[in-house]
Amino acid sequence: MRFAFTDDQKMLRDTVREVLQRECAPDVVRAAWEGRPERAGAVWKTLAETGVIGMTASEEAGGMAMRELDLVLPVEELGYAAMPGPLVDTVAVGIPLLEAAGTEAQKERWLRPAIAGEARIVVSFEDQPIVAHAASAHVLIAERGGVAYCVPMSEVSVNAETSVDRTRELGRVPFEATARNQMREDVDAMGLFAMGRERATLGTAAQLIGLSRRMLDMAVQYAKDREQFGKAIGAQQAVKHRLANALIEQEFARPMVYRAAWSMATSAQDAEIHVSLAKIYAGRAARFVAKEALQVHGAIGYTIECDLHMWMKRAWALAAAHGDAAYHRERVGRHIL
Amino acid sequence: MDLDFTESENAFREECRTWLEAHVPREALPSGDTKKGFALHLDWEHQLFDAGWSAVSWPKQYGGREATLFEWLIFEEEYYRLGAPSRVTQNGIFLLAPTLFEFGTEEQKERILRPMARGDVAWGQAWSEPNAGSDLASLKSSARRVDGGWRLSGQKTWSTRAAFCDMAYGLFRTDPGQARHRGLTYFMFPLRAEGITVRGVDRLDGDEGFAEIFLEDVFVPDADVIGEVNKGWEVAMATTSSERGLSLRSPGRFMATASRLIDLYHRHRDRSDPILRDQVIQAWMDAEAYRWFTFQTVTRTVQGESIGPDSSMNKVFWSEMDVRTHETALAIIGDALELDEGSESAVDSGYWMKGFQFALAGPIYAGTNEIQRNIIAERVLGLPRK
Repeated sequence: MRFAFTDDQKMLRDTVREVLQRECAPDVVRAAWEGRPERAGAVWKTLAETGVIGMTASEEAGGMAMRELDLVLPVEELGYAAMPGPLVDTVAVGIPLLEAAGTEAQKERWLRPAIAGEARIVVSFEDQPIVAHAASAHVLIAERGGVAYCVPMSEVSVNAETSVDRTRELGRVPFEATARNQMREDVDAMGLFAMGRERATLGTAAQLIGLSRRMLDMAVQYAKDREQFGKAIGAQQAVKHRLANALIEQEFARPMVYRAAWSMATSAQDAEIHVSLAKIYAGRAARFVAKEALQVHGAIGYTIECDLHMWMKRAWALAAAHGDAAYHRERVGRHIL
Repeated sequence: MDLDFTESENAFREECRTWLEAHVPREALPSGDTKKGFALHLDWEHQLFDAGWSAVSWPKQYGGREATLFEWLIFEEEYYRLGAPSRVTQNGIFLLAPTLFEFGTEEQKERILRPMARGDVAWGQAWSEPNAGSDLASLKSSARRVDGGWRLSGQKTWSTRAAFCDMAYGLFRTDPGQARHRGLTYFMFPLRAEGITVRGVDRLDGDEGFAEIFLEDVFVPDADVIGEVNKGWEVAMATTSSERGLSLRSPGRFMATASRLIDLYHRHRDRSDPILRDQVIQAWMDAEAYRWFTFQTVTRTVQGESIGPDSSMNKVFWSEMDVRTHETALAIIGDALELDEGSESAVDSGYWMKGFQFALAGPIYAGTNEIQRNIIAERVLGLPRK
């Protein structure tokens, strides 16, 4: 038993953290919110240069053949920065699916550009017809009627839906199921999508941990800076205890996420139950931290002038995405009861 | 990261399981917080020690088996899974011993540890005073220098099982010229000696698990001072994080409670509703969360990190989880919850009501959760003290 990441895994996290600190400040997220995603797009390119976008691709394809355990810390950093875009879809689900189930032509057209950061992949599972980041994606990988499709976004139109988190650019993407956009039939496409869904869930949980950490950092900083009654509000026990509770929720969720990553990376028994636990705890922590952070900020937190709102709204959306607490609790319940 | 147990860890589990399965009393002992139950628990402690299971992580020379921290956690999982008796040696083995290992002299360790772990000498803690609870540094009990030692006077309270114990330990003011946490000294003192009066206090559940200790000029030799004179605060604080952190409540206990809750739920299926079901699932998940959090913490410890104020998060988590788990059990039992131990119709012989009352103490003892939250806010998050 050894519950710790390797130096390599931490180094990759640090690389991503530095890129995001430098290039994905809150004003970049805010610009994406306001319909100007260009600078966030530039961050994507930088991340591709570090190899992070292609990390799950095989070495032959130009990737690093990395698994969930390598992925989870960098993805946590995406949450911390509230990085806009379908990075988890592309890296955790899209590239592995494309490599495993894509035809030669599909791989030829999309794999290398995806790894290079030039093509963004979004994924639509059978029961999730609304796709996040549909507007800025280049290719859709979709599961329809038990068959896998790879659809160039240039060939379809997106029926936009509005997310509470405007950077998510939700949309329905009706497409025609044709032989040309169908993926390979000689692979277990459904098995691959099932695996992809677990990975997307894990990636969502990891982002939620990052979102929690950032919201808590913001709230702690605010509590130290903001003075009332002649002293920092963070000196008041009522405020301290809220933030202490937020930290507890967050820190007990983290090991659940890391453990699920290990279970998936090692194909451990009951890995999907561990993913459910990760999602439940990370979602609950992020929603709880959001609420406490808002309360500590007071009225300024209740405005869109304050950056906090972008993190809160991402947290609300992701806490419910890929199975909310009720869905995953049911999965755990069936397992233990 | 490797979240599988190693072969030797699995072998260790097998070894303790085999011994425990053969030796754990078939029928639960009467509460260790009663005079009669305490004596029976000490008999059990003798058995544990003689087979080398009393303090598995200790050095062999003191009766341990030099188990790793992970092996200790494994032992605890098996111990509580099999419903073995509660540890009446707890305050010695898990609170005083770590202090002795860090600050004790060779003579003290040689003299004290083995009888402590065998239950031949039973130890109680004596931290709180009537007017010094959360604010421990305001304590008033004092020690006066005399030839060859000290004379202790004052009053201690909420001393766990002190009515049945032989010895206790606590802080006394040795320098009246210094204030608060300065000028205190860490003493071990006898509970059956000239000048000592111990008065048992019945806890919420009616057991005599508490006691008040009155000291009037009680003689303590220099050999029973731990660490430096007037540096008792530092000695006491050095090991509080182990109390809040790992040693006081390892995950095995809560995993066992969660399993029992699931069993209770199955036996009362007719009372099930979606809310109860969710609460049962939540209880199980929280025990899992605590287990994995602990494995992460222990890995940090093994790698040489000190855990420090992070241990306050542990204490808040397990104590509040334990209350919720017992509340869920009582909700399943319904109106039969009031049938107390000794009542023929009581569900599980009143185990859950008894456990519920004990769980309610969790957020209070070992530093109230309010104090823990202050520690988290100030020393982990860096919020201003005032």
